[in-house]
Amino acid sequence: MHAGFKNKRVRRDTIAGCLFIAPSFLGFVLFSFLPLVLTIVLSFSQWELVTGLKGIQFAGLENYKELIGDPVFKESLKNNILFAVWALPALMILGLLGAILIDDFTFGKKLFKTIYFLPYISSAVAVATVWRVVFQPSYGPINSFLFSMGMENPPKWLADPNWALFTITLMFIWQNIGYYILVYITGLQAIPQDIYEAADIDGATKWQKVRYLTVPLVSPTTFFLFVTGMISTFKIFDAIQILTQGGPGTSSSVLVHYLYKASFEYYKIGYGSAISIVLFLVVVLITIIQWGGQKKWVNY
Amino acid sequence: MKKKKRNGLEVPVYQRVIATVLLGIVGIIMLAPLVWMISTSFKVEADVFNFPIEWIPKRSRGLENYKDVWMGVMPFGLYYWNSIKVTLISVVASVVIGCMGAYGFSRIEFPGRDKLFLLYIATMAIPEQVTLIPRFLIFKQIGLFDTHACLIVNTMFSVLSVFMLRQSMVTIPDELTDAAKIDGAGHLRTLFQIVIPISKPTIATFGILKFVWTWNDYQNPLVFLTSSKLYTIQLGIKMFSDAYGDYYSLMMAAAVSAILPLLIIFVFGQKYIVSGLVAGSVKG
Repeated sequence: MHAGFKNKRVRRDTIAGCLFIAPSFLGFVLFSFLPLVLTIVLSFSQWELVTGLKGIQFAGLENYKELIGDPVFKESLKNNILFAVWALPALMILGLLGAILIDDFTFGKKLFKTIYFLPYISSAVAVATVWRVVFQPSYGPINSFLFSMGMENPPKWLADPNWALFTITLMFIWQNIGYYILVYITGLQAIPQDIYEAADIDGATKWQKVRYLTVPLVSPTTFFLFVTGMISTFKIFDAIQILTQGGPGTSSSVLVHYLYKASFEYYKIGYGSAISIVLFLVVVLITIIQWGGQKKWVNY
Repeated sequence: MKKKKRNGLEVPVYQRVIATVLLGIVGIIMLAPLVWMISTSFKVEADVFNFPIEWIPKRSRGLENYKDVWMGVMPFGLYYWNSIKVTLISVVASVVIGCMGAYGFSRIEFPGRDKLFLLYIATMAIPEQVTLIPRFLIFKQIGLFDTHACLIVNTMFSVLSVFMLRQSMVTIPDELTDAAKIDGAGHLRTLFQIVIPISKPTIATFGILKFVWTWNDYQNPLVFLTSSKLYTIQLGIKMFSDAYGDYYSLMMAAAVSAILPLLIIFVFGQKYIVSGLVAGSVKG
């Protein structure tokens, strides 16, 4: 091929490539990249939105110092960790159990998959509205049932500081379990059949097969669900905003909700940005753990 | 081709029956809140908390509750229309932008392409909320704050759409697109006549997921809208439950109304939704 022709072709392709990518690139820069940089910059500033652009002041590490001493921030971070610690193991264990049962044990696989998956696609706002009524402490269906079972003081659920976060966790598990089951079923189906046949010849029991073959062989799926699940628990907002607004008190406050409150209810933009950066760092940390852990824990 | 029907564990029939019954009971419990929501939406308010629960209401208001929700003080029809408008435009725009970007990243070679794509991927895991404040400021600055355009612009540039569609477009064999090139087709024609038709399942998957996410989005409208006449359905429900907090039957009718389009989409698009969600780490 002629060198000149090739150069022309390369140049033409470069122009075409840039044109095709341009719209998404523009959006990427304006609404992903630039905002990320701005969040970092703003987190070092003191700025109450009402003062307008003139009101921005450089504040150094002030916001971060304030965060360290802020009991609501600490409580929110603690709640996020608690939420993950409660929800994730439950989701993964029930998810794998459900997947094994549905994949190997039951009739009507398709129906079960659909039933368990329905809550997942329902809107968090509508679902939370339903849960608020179901868990109504004095005459909601759950407590009416507990009263009828002879329980005199059932938990006040969302209205009780000791139970609010747990109630939200329950709802989160209910809403997400279908997704975990579905992903696990896909993982199970990737396991080669011969491995089980070999175990049969050795006379392995069903429990042994699950314990020593299935569990290690789906570990890539487990790992994937663990990492994405961690990130998704740190993103929770809708349910909190609808159900408790972080209350009673601050007992169910989480990072994103506190971020929202600081920035859009108190208009403390700098402080809200600092919370955003903490959220960002959490996700970076999880990603680093993912890179490191992949080699160590996952059996391929 | 599969050698034989996959059956990881050999399971005798009686165990299968037990497991089916067990999972059935759990499934009923899973569905209970949704069924309760539907049944309550038809109840007379005074009967909402009757115990034992009336799964089939003894006294029903028929469709009166729905009429109160849709034709009442709150412009629920307007919220619905707003949601439909924002969601449909966002989905179409993000599919178009996604297809173009994905084509650029997979079918055209140019310097720096793969590095740029890596940068895209690197930002994908970052939660939206990290950039919420600057996006709010940018929209205020460019005068889009408190408009539907702002919600649409905010959702139509989806790195995920580029990523998902690229994954499918890379797998198209070069021979197919080269043949078109020899016939004199430019990139646009290759995209529309060859690449898009082959990528249809992925486009459908992404489109449906995007519909569900945009329809369900609560935080962005909450931050970017202040005029109640622009509210989407999710804000509408919240406003409804704040205003009619004691009318649980009406709240449930509102909730049913908001979930209904998702159920319809799910029934028709289940295959696509499931394959899309399982294919990768794609919620958000």
